[in-house]
Amino acid sequence: MSPVLFWTFAAIMLVFGLMVIVNRSPVASALSLVVSFLGLAALYISLDAFFIGVIQILVYAGAVMVLFLFIIMLLDLRTEALRKPNLMALFGGAVVFTLFLKILFDVSYGFEGGRAAFPPIDRMPQGDVWEIGMTLFGGHNLPFQVVGALVLVASIGVVLLSKRELK
Amino acid sequence: MVTLNDYLLVSGLLFAIGFAGVLLRRNIIIIFMALELMLNAANLSLIGFSRFNVQDGLPDFDAQVLVFFIITVAAAEVAVGLAIIVALYRAKQTTHVEDITSLKF
Repeated sequence: MSPVLFWTFAAIMLVFGLMVIVNRSPVASALSLVVSFLGLAALYISLDAFFIGVIQILVYAGAVMVLFLFIIMLLDLRTEALRKPNLMALFGGAVVFTLFLKILFDVSYGFEGGRAAFPPIDRMPQGDVWEIGMTLFGGHNLPFQVVGALVLVASIGVVLLSKRELK
Repeated sequence: MVTLNDYLLVSGLLFAIGFAGVLLRRNIIIIFMALELMLNAANLSLIGFSRFNVQDGLPDFDAQVLVFFIITVAAAEVAVGLAIIVALYRAKQTTHVEDITSLKF
């Protein structure tokens, strides 16, 4: 992918990611999150992970976002009123955040191995969905079934949690 | 030329944004969204390493399967988390974390 496209999509993802935590209205935050995830899906596709990119759009920009917006609507959240901020927590958060950024820049610019260009890949004759399917059902069959059980347990848990009377 | 380091930097910045959201915001739904950002930042670096680690002319598909599992678990986590938030709102009538202090010592 050309550097221009990469930095454009990275900037879209980061700017709208920042909007998620800057916006005071929860609905605006949720919509910024959709745009941020669309930029992320473009980055996945730039890394030749077409299947993961499509799944990202379907699951996050589709299902998860609808769920978020639905809950915001259900709870009838308005734009937050400005409260007196907890200065101690704000200061601590800013310090931890700055230190994290410093370590991040040190690590990512100090990583010599990552400065090489991405090695070329052969055009996959079967496509990456086929390859992922073979890996998933061939080598990772047990984790796949465990995840199936997990999703079942989660859906039962959600139904139980949503009942009015917890017994 | 876009290198692996650029992807790792972008992924780390996205993680940092999510991290700042969790630390600085007080609305529990926004905190949950920031959590999703952090989860996706980890996914981006996994896909970056998968593309970088080419064997026999193909990317490492084990990493992409791992991302597939992470997305599945994250979707289940969002459903359970939002159900907990709804139950919490029903009990306390608030989504502001500073109003929820039942477990505070």
